[in-house]
Amino acid sequence: MKICVLMKQVASEDSPLKINSNGSGIDETNLNLITNEPDTYALEEALLIKEKTSGEVTICTLGPDSSQQVIKDGLAKGADKAIHITIENLKNVSPLSMGKVIYNKIKDENFDLVLSGLQSNDYGHAQLGIIISEYLNYSHASLVIGTEVNEENSLKIKRELENGWFQSAELTLPACLSIQSGINQPRYATLKGIMSVKNKPVDKCEAKELGISEDSGYKVEEVFLPKKAKETQILDGSTDEIVNQLTDILKNKIKVG
Amino acid sequence: MKILVLIESINNKIHPVSIEALVAAQNIASENSVEIYPLCLNKNLIDDLSKFKCTKVLNVESLDLKNYEPMTYLDAAEKVFKAMDADLIMLGHTYETRDWAPRLSARLDIPFLSDCININLSDSKLIINRPIYQAKLIQKIALSDKGLVSFQAGSFSSENLIHENSPSESLSIELNSYDSIKQGERFQESAGGVDLTASDFIVSIGRGLGKEENIPLAQNLADKINAQIGASRPVVDAGWLDHSRQIGSSGQVVSPKLYFSLGISGAIQHLVGMKGSKQIIAINKDPNAPIFEIADYAVIGDVLEILPKLTENL
Ligand SMILES: Cc1cc2nc3c(=O)[nH]c(=O)nc-3n(C[C@H](O)[C@H](O)[C@H](O)COP(=O)(O)OP(=O)(O)OC[C@H]3O[C@@H](n4cnc5c(N)ncnc54)[C@H](O)[C@@H]3O)c2cc1C
Repeated sequence: MKICVLMKQVASEDSPLKINSNGSGIDETNLNLITNEPDTYALEEALLIKEKTSGEVTICTLGPDSSQQVIKDGLAKGADKAIHITIENLKNVSPLSMGKVIYNKIKDENFDLVLSGLQSNDYGHAQLGIIISEYLNYSHASLVIGTEVNEENSLKIKRELENGWFQSAELTLPACLSIQSGINQPRYATLKGIMSVKNKPVDKCEAKELGISEDSGYKVEEVFLPKKAKETQILDGSTDEIVNQLTDILKNKIKVG
Repeated sequence: MKILVLIESINNKIHPVSIEALVAAQNIASENSVEIYPLCLNKNLIDDLSKFKCTKVLNVESLDLKNYEPMTYLDAAEKVFKAMDADLIMLGHTYETRDWAPRLSARLDIPFLSDCININLSDSKLIINRPIYQAKLIQKIALSDKGLVSFQAGSFSSENLIHENSPSESLSIELNSYDSIKQGERFQESAGGVDLTASDFIVSIGRGLGKEENIPLAQNLADKINAQIGASRPVVDAGWLDHSRQIGSSGQVVSPKLYFSLGISGAIQHLVGMKGSKQIIAINKDPNAPIFEIADYAVIGDVLEILPKLTENL
């Protein structure tokens, strides 16, 4: 199987998020950049499928130069090669534009599977992999929580539904799958894997040359902090003072135990 | 402006989040010349839908689907959108929407603003609020032209739904047949594990607890106050706790007297599982964590430092 995994670099959960001076977005100077966690499940699933069926795993990332770290980490875990579509900044690029650029790059690769994480932890559109299925004319499934490759040209999957329900489905290959977290336990890179990175090919190209469009059909006018829904009492003071307040609330207000 | 509201069928009924999307459409229509067309591919829902105020309830003559069929849905929605010359598609942000709306967006070549929480029409401009960075920030977005917008559950209240009899119409549209995606049966994994819905007190663990070895810190507190242990999804995904302890949209929905959240950020998929709790105490080191928006008592601090002392003090 030839498998492509779409991976993205995002700000980590504990990055300081500050609104920029003109209020149109976030201040990106001090972000701690990491691989989007949901994508690590997609990569792991690709590696597991490759181990079962043989084949090749290609990472594809669209993002600034810093995203090469995503590629290095993925190659160290066992991917065979990578495509890096460079762009200065992704923040004004819509999912449709990203989809078109990636499609233009991978359309002749004849991948059997294109895997992506369910959503990115920054803008959370949760669309890219499915958009690409339309451009490639592949079958698709989202919220995939299990895969079983049995025949040459079909694939069984398990999809997560609401409230603890699941559904199985059979997809004709080639297919695009958007992978839900928890499907597997992503591996760590081994020392050997890390050493192998420098010998693995990375195909670098520019989004500009692939016809990236900044016309998204919408405009972000402002970014703001959410409003509180509830009166919240903030407990402050030293740790001991906080502990005393909590104890009082638990024992006397909520009456636990 | 013409709005197509895509109605989802769940257990042969209208999905509650589709009703909320219809409320969103009615809101916009109240002061403007806006036409609303709910589209439903399950004919059983037409009668119920016709009791709600809209321009006309649409269905496709040749189609009567009780269950989700992605490729047929796509074909039908595309053709109806074009036949109606509609401007906007609105839907609930459900699992089903996640599965096919991005593809519809690509097919129609119009943008999809997913998981939004508000929409307004002012000076014939659509303004949409959309959470980003795990709900820590909200974007205010102006849609330039046509688009799809899906709404997070709870963004609009079904209590505001306007009831009024509306006509319906069957459109005769030629559809293709597809076999690239064969949907199987829906099933639940064998039950078992704990039932958290019966607990009065829940101590819930998030990724902020750091590592599996720290779970006893939370367990000790839970034992002290007679609480059950619950968890966020990443804790279960990582295998620290059994799936039956997961709280949220893909876990259990609880409303205990006390929900004591330890190192949980408060993503919407978690909140839907616990926001009905009577009292919520949250410890999180990030003052902007969305869990604080619904907490009664907030502690901005390190859970690993506070937990042992609190347990000892009780
Ligand atoms: C379709 C779908 C379904 C989902 N279903 C569910 C579901 O059912 N249930 C669910 O929970 N999630 C679900 N999720 C995932 C959800 O979006 C979040 O990713 C998840 O809830 C985050 O869990 P968390 O808060 O534990 O982790 P994180 O988001 O990583 O947050 C950890 C928090 O801990 C804080 N922290 C870190 N260290 C400390 C410390 N020492 N002291 C105090 N605080 C600390 C951090 O500030 C942060 O706020 C679902 C997602 C999707 C897309």
